[in-house]
Amino acid sequence: MNNAVDLPLWAAVPVALLLVFGAGLTLIGSIGLVTLRSFYARVHAPTLGTTLGIGSVLAASMLYFSVVQSRWVLHEILIGVFMVITTPVTLMLLARASLYRDRQEGSSEVPPLPPPVPKEED
Amino acid sequence: MTRWLPYPLVALLLLGLWLLLTGSMSPGAFLLGGVLAVAGSGILVALLMPRARLRRLTTVPGLLRDIVVEVVRSNNAVAWIILQPGHAANRRSGFVRVPLDMHSPHGLAALACILTATPGTIWVEYDSSDGSMLLHVLDLIDDEAWVRIVKDRWERRLMEIFE
Repeated sequence: MNNAVDLPLWAAVPVALLLVFGAGLTLIGSIGLVTLRSFYARVHAPTLGTTLGIGSVLAASMLYFSVVQSRWVLHEILIGVFMVITTPVTLMLLARASLYRDRQEGSSEVPPLPPPVPKEED
Repeated sequence: MTRWLPYPLVALLLLGLWLLLTGSMSPGAFLLGGVLAVAGSGILVALLMPRARLRRLTTVPGLLRDIVVEVVRSNNAVAWIILQPGHAANRRSGFVRVPLDMHSPHGLAALACILTATPGTIWVEYDSSDGSMLLHVLDLIDDEAWVRIVKDRWERRLMEIFE
């Protein structure tokens, strides 16, 4: 079922712009993932796609389906919420695994483990 | 009440999630969503989740607005950094250790999500013995400035909400 022809111009233009903008940001993020130098710098790049990139694509999806089906289609908000909650967990796990390995190898690029604070017994 | 609904806010959020997911407000959706909400918050009891005490909810809208502004601003900044590879030589990325005063696990989780969801900064590590956090910044100019940004822009308001 293809309803794309039913989409009026006033909705088609913002939907297209949002899609191109979101896809463009995600592309830039992916380029950064390849071109940035160190591992820790590369971890930053995909966040472009998971924040404003996915946000624009989801907004375009909500607008398109709300106009085509003539009712509010909002369950894309859930995708956004789950992305915001789950991506930091993945990124943190990757960064911590890398930090652990660099420390084991005695790399000078990463800060050393802070000295343990002696526990006060009372 | 407390036996059936130990986490009323979580149950309410689960019900809202279900209604949004099914896209209907029919009595059937409410009934099924309600059952799932009660069951879901019951599972949290078994997981011994620490209770959050929310206060000063008036700060939440301002905080959310600032998060959106900050996400858009730093998306722009990071996109330019990626698109100008010549600048990579002058740019320095590195770690900053930020001493935190916040101890609430929910507040710390929220801070971690905010910092990591903002392009250009990543929460790397938290040391609960001295309450300090290790932050990795893509475009690091001034260490002190980042400590101030984390503490003044986010931590102070999260502490108002969660502590």
